[in-house]
Amino acid sequence: MKTFSEFLAMGGYASYVWSAYGLALIVLGWNALAPGRRERALERKLAARPERRSA
Amino acid sequence: MFERFHQYAAPLHFHRLSRKLSPWLFGLSAVLFVAGLVGGLVLAPADYQQGESFRIIYVHVPSAWLSMFCYMVMASAGAAGLIWKVKMGDIMARASAPLGASFTFLALATGSLWGKPMWGTWWVWDARLTSELILLFLYLGYIALQSAIEDRRAAARAGAVLAIVGVVNIPIIHYSVEWWSTLHQGATVTKFDKPSIDVSMLIPLLLMALAFQVFFFAALLVRARCEILEFEQHTAWVRDYLRGGRKV
Repeated sequence: MKTFSEFLAMGGYASYVWSAYGLALIVLGWNALAPGRRERALERKLAARPERRSA
Repeated sequence: MFERFHQYAAPLHFHRLSRKLSPWLFGLSAVLFVAGLVGGLVLAPADYQQGESFRIIYVHVPSAWLSMFCYMVMASAGAAGLIWKVKMGDIMARASAPLGASFTFLALATGSLWGKPMWGTWWVWDARLTSELILLFLYLGYIALQSAIEDRRAAARAGAVLAIVGVVNIPIIHYSVEWWSTLHQGATVTKFDKPSIDVSMLIPLLLMALAFQVFFFAALLVRARCEILEFEQHTAWVRDYLRGGRKV
């Protein structure tokens, strides 16, 4: 069984492995949050439009 | 059956279905990510040649697969919009481009982080890496085209033509490791042969690939809703939805 510090060391490849997983976290996190934020902003913007009589 | 399909091809119905579906898909992808990460980082043994560095495979390969899959979604949706004037086609093509660009970037960046310790270099101009870089430029070109053309219909048409022409790059990426001698290793998982990887390493890879795939669809649904609202902003149903239907 590996110790936790051995796990973190990744057999000497820690910087490469954890950078790759860190980048993946950033890309996934951005893709999870950005569309929802854009949707809310867009809904607010469109809802604030002045009412038009003819539609 | 076709009636039902047609119904969801309409933006109004798609928007409603998407609001129900996307939270569940995000949840499912989170569960798959946890399972895949435990399998890939903890349970799978180290590779006999590459040691622990091989664990980059669990983010690199799923994002590379997704970068190509997303392109096919973008190009076929664009084609449906261009040829059959399917409005949802234009919408889905526009919604998939930023996702495709970000996963192509991730595939390139994690590949670079894997290449440095294994090949001794961050980057080589070989067939696999270069064609994947071209894929990134195709996505960026599509996105630039969308923001450069004011009229949405015209932007969708121009983008669809670019996306369809760019499809030629997809088989080039896929077969590049067979057609040319490249530094990049060959396929680990193929349809016809037994995968050249042990089951304890393969299962986490498939779990991660599925997690990325489900995540992609979840994010795509949310992006598609944004595009629908922008495309349809002057219609009565969007007005009703914004006035109070949002709570439903």
